[in-house]
Formats: sequence, structure tokens, C-alpha cells
Amino acid sequence: MSVTSVDADYDNLTITLIADFDASIERVWDLWSDPRKLERWWGPPTHPATFETYDLTAGGEATYYMTGPEGPMRGAWRINAVVPPTSLEFINAYADPDGTPVAHMPIFTVSVLLTERDGGTRMEMRSRFESREDMERMVDLGTVDGLQQAVGQIDGLLV
Amino acid sequence: MVVGELTEDAVDGLFHALADPTRRDILRRCAADEPSVSRLARAYPMSFAAVQKHVAVLERAGLVTKESRGREQLVRTDVGAVGRARLALDDLESTWRGRVDRMSALLAAGTEPERKTSTIRGTG
Repeated sequence: MSVTSVDADYDNLTITLIADFDASIERVWDLWSDPRKLERWWGPPTHPATFETYDLTAGGEATYYMTGPEGPMRGAWRINAVVPPTSLEFINAYADPDGTPVAHMPIFTVSVLLTERDGGTRMEMRSRFESREDMERMVDLGTVDGLQQAVGQIDGLLV
Repeated sequence: MVVGELTEDAVDGLFHALADPTRRDILRRCAADEPSVSRLARAYPMSFAAVQKHVAVLERAGLVTKESRGREQLVRTDVGAVGRARLALDDLESTWRGRVDRMSALLAAGTEPERKTSTIRGTG
């Protein structure tokens, strides 16, 4: 119900999602700015995230790990810009156990804009792959499931 | 959207290739694995030549590629650049839909009135 629209731009490797929340801007911002709240939604229930460092300032960094059946996976954010309580932009990269970004994992930029709307909060989230190679890496990570799903969809259309 | 990138002939080839249940099944097997033509042939109650013909149709439609390895020919799906972009963005979309759902649940769970001071943050 919260997701109002999703637009995928295949040429620019960008996805734009608009969600409307029945809560004040401050409360929605709190979900981003408080790492203890952030880690309750950033990872899926199967891969909960724990943020170890969290410096939400321009040029600051955040590091986290997600635990799952296949072992921990590390991630890191580099904050490009932040204007509390309305906007945030960061680059997400995956990292080795020391927290150093690793080259073979996809890098993507996330920008978030919160605006007041009808007494609630509209969140516009844009996620962009850095390059086509990054996008390919994302596909490689989920190749089998993704392809099977895609093939299944084609199947559904034709049967 | 994917179709818009292809010529009409290519679209015809694509749909012809996908219109056959054996070919769709071959495509599914190649998405999960990279089988050889002979291994594929053993999976169907038809001749090696018939399976080879199905693979050739898929190959012409740009849905699979063949790669020689030793005496074997391995078949892999090639959904193309546009298809791969779609898969990657679909993946991102489902990730973010899940996140928004969890955010909504957290906001709904904590609807008790907030103290004004609790929303004042530091320089972050």
C-alpha cells in the first residue's frame, strides 16, 4: 500500500520508487538517521543488517554486515550529501571482512528525498547502478533465481 | 519494453522459439545450469538431432549461446543486455518494496505521540 509508484529506466540503469507514509517527515527520517532503527528494515528478515559505524555527515561513512545462511556479507556507505530531515545521498559498495570495498561486487548510488504531503510523508528513492558492469554483477549474484523467474514469466504469457 | 529494442524479424524469431514447450524447458534448464547438448538430449524422449534442432532455433533467436568445451558443446541462456538490465532492476525493485513495507510496519508500530525533543538530531 505504501509504494505509490516504481519506474525503471533501463537506459540509465536507475530505479525510482515513490512511497507515501502516514507519518511525519521527522519520523520517517528517524528510520534513516538512527542506525538501530535503520537495521530493522535495511536487510530482509532472512539477512538482518547490523550497522557497526554510522557517520551521517557529508563525506562520512557507514559500515554494516548482513547475516544469512551463506555467511556474513559486508556493506559500506559513503555519504555524498545529507540535509536533515529531508534528503540523503550515498554510494553503497560491498566490502571484505575488514570493511574495505571489494571490486567485484556491484556499486550503486541511492538518493532519498522526503517531502510533506497530505499530512504524511512522501519518500522518493532513486537507486542507480554506477555502470553497466555493476548492473551485470547484480545479475550474476542472483542469476539463477532471476532468470528462472523471468523465464517463468515468459512461460506464463505464452502457455 | 524489451520488444521495443528488437526488429520485427527478431521478435518473430523470439516468439517462434518460445512457442514450443520443449524449447522453453531447454531454456529453463540452461538458466539453472550450463548443460551440454548431449546431456540435454538425454533429458527428452527424442533423438539427439531433434534436440540439437531445438537448440539451434533458440540460438538463432538469441536466447542461448553455444560454447565448445573439449568434445562437448555447452549451452547457456543469453537473455541479452536489455533482459539483463530488466533482471537487475527487477531485483532492486523487489529489494526496495520489501524495505518500504518494513518501514511502514515500523512507523505503524510506533504511533505513540513523540516527545518533540526526540526528533532533534545532532549535526548528522
